[in-house]
Amino acid sequence: MMILRAPVVSLRSVGPDMYVLSLHAPQIAANVLPAQFLNIKATDGSEPLLRRPFSVYRTQGENVEILFNIVGAGTRILSRLRPGDLVDILGPLGCPFSLESDFRTAVLVGGGLGVAPFPHATNALSRSSRQIRTFLGARSSPHILRDHLQNVSVATDDGSEGYHGTVVALVRNALESGSIDRPKIFGCGPEPMLRALARAAIDLGIPCEVSLESVMACGIGICQGCPVERTGGEKKYSLICNEGTVFDARTIKFS
Amino acid sequence: MQVHIGSLTLRNPVLAASGTFGYGDECKELVDVNGLGGIVTKSLSLKPRDGNPPARIVETASGMLNSIGLANVGVDRFIAEKLPYLRTLSTAVIANIAASTVDEYCAVLSLLEAQEGIGAYEINVSCPNVKEGGLSFGTNVAMTAQITRRLRPLTKKPLILKLTPNVTNVGEFARAVEGEGADAVSLINTVVGMAVDARKKSPKLSTVTGGLSGPAIKPIALAKVYEASKAVKIPLIGIGGIMTAEDAVEFLLVGASAVQVGTANFIDPATGLTVATGMARWCEQQGVARVADLTGALEVSTEFSVLRTWL
Ligand SMILES: Cc1cc2nc3c(=O)[nH]c(=O)nc-3n(C[C@H](O)[C@H](O)[C@H](O)COP(=O)(O)OP(=O)(O)OC[C@H]3O[C@@H](n4cnc5c(N)ncnc54)[C@H](O)[C@@H]3O)c2cc1C
Ligand SMILES: Cc1cc2nc3c(=O)[nH]c(=O)nc-3n(C[C@H](O)[C@H](O)[C@H](O)COP(=O)(O)O)c2cc1C
Ligand code: FES
Repeated sequence: MMILRAPVVSLRSVGPDMYVLSLHAPQIAANVLPAQFLNIKATDGSEPLLRRPFSVYRTQGENVEILFNIVGAGTRILSRLRPGDLVDILGPLGCPFSLESDFRTAVLVGGGLGVAPFPHATNALSRSSRQIRTFLGARSSPHILRDHLQNVSVATDDGSEGYHGTVVALVRNALESGSIDRPKIFGCGPEPMLRALARAAIDLGIPCEVSLESVMACGIGICQGCPVERTGGEKKYSLICNEGTVFDARTIKFS
Repeated sequence: MQVHIGSLTLRNPVLAASGTFGYGDECKELVDVNGLGGIVTKSLSLKPRDGNPPARIVETASGMLNSIGLANVGVDRFIAEKLPYLRTLSTAVIANIAASTVDEYCAVLSLLEAQEGIGAYEINVSCPNVKEGGLSFGTNVAMTAQITRRLRPLTKKPLILKLTPNVTNVGEFARAVEGEGADAVSLINTVVGMAVDARKKSPKLSTVTGGLSGPAIKPIALAKVYEASKAVKIPLIGIGGIMTAEDAVEFLLVGASAVQVGTANFIDPATGLTVATGMARWCEQQGVARVADLTGALEVSTEFSVLRTWL
């Protein structure tokens, strides 16, 4: 974990209001694990005041990339960066996906911008002998980002590409068909999607890790601002930023 | 750069504020904790507290609202798991205590008093985010005085009462605790505030209202410290929206002997260090021999301050 000012290498538009920002940060590129995130300060001033969390999308040599879409003031500022600008980053943060555990096929499930951690995860997995199946869901076809992924199946809300319906329904069909060898699910996306995914995984008895989001003030466990309710366990809440963002789906009490 | 808070000597006037620096160990990778004047722990309660349901945080203009609800490990686990690390520090450790009854304040302080490694106590009578106790103590002068009176005989260490800005006349509270033997007053805790999601027609925080902090509250904090400085002789610790050395100097000028950095730690836990080194440089450049000389050095040319006309 470190704070550094990383120069912008490039900013590319990859879809409607979607960008990939590449930063030169060798110390982070060398160490960051799948599903870890960076907490980025968009400006030196106090508007916005707090850092903004983003998953690491990919590493490319000494560069780290994030994928973001414009939702508010912070991401708007990021979308105007130019090569050479310095970006203040704190990271790498959070616990990674456990890609070492006992499974044969990694089932990567991303909803919307929840695709963000999977290119980096795919890269890590492709160095092992495991299979990868990727399922992406989005509003419509232009919002699907399949770069740097393997064996991608798509679901869209409007039916403009692939399966017409939710990505969880698509994954459930695939898993129920029994064609996927010893699967483990890794999910990232909006909470309703993760809730449905966790339910499917529990119903089918398949291990499942989900990467959760929360508004965060610090990202390092000091503000207590990012709780998620757990099942069982001695404590009611865990902190998403440093006890997660990755959790065993069975242990999360979705709202 | 030394300053004194009762019998406690701080190596510099900059402390990390309660609830914004954990128990110190979380930040050690990012900051040389010993470079701070001291750290104030997250509020400790007799029993562990889960805290409030999400959402606990929302950003607002130049600030943030929080409704953490004093989530903390409780005093026993603090002693067992957190204090051993804090004891290894050479900087001052101030234990912040929160409770829902006067007896509970006494119980927590007594448990801590039996331990080595704590330099002073800061008593949180001003948390806006818990149902019982919390603000209802801090907005009642008689209660605030009573808590001080009951705690005073339990320790010889400096007793700091942390006051809320959510009162009309903070000077009255400062005077009351000074009268009961408090060694210092720290202020301000967060300002009650609210954020609304217009589209959902719902509050953004689970507890509807929360506590505002960050640069947005600095003007309020300066006014409250100024007001308290007119009311008491004991040292004041200024808190509220400090991001830079110059912010900290402003607090000293209006009467504070030390400051605490809060929300800024979320952006960079090393902010307190930057502020401390910046203050040293500021003093050197301005020809100020000792940082303590800045305390109360504000030059007010007119008697017609808004504060006076209001009171
Ligand atoms: C661990 C983690 C990883 C993330 N990874 C990515 C990523 O890879 N790519 C990406 O585009 N975004 C990601 N996000 C979300 C991203 O942090 C927010 O979109 C960003 O903070 C918005 O900042 P802003 O200033 O542009 O918008 P703001 O003005 O802060 O917010 C605009 C709107 O978005 C909502 N919002 C803000 N933050 C979040 C959040 N965390 N979750 C849900 N709604 C939110 C606000 O309530 C508001 O309605 C991640 C969040 C977390 C916690
Ligand atoms: C997330 C958060 C948690 C806090 N927790 C506590 C606490 O446990 N006890 C306490 O006395 N003050 C607590 N505070 C108040 C701060 O210590 C400080 O008084 C206040 O935030 C104003 O300073 P700032 O503007 O520099 O943050 C908390 C503040 C924040 C933002
Ligand atoms: S964001 Fe501060 S504790 Fe998680």
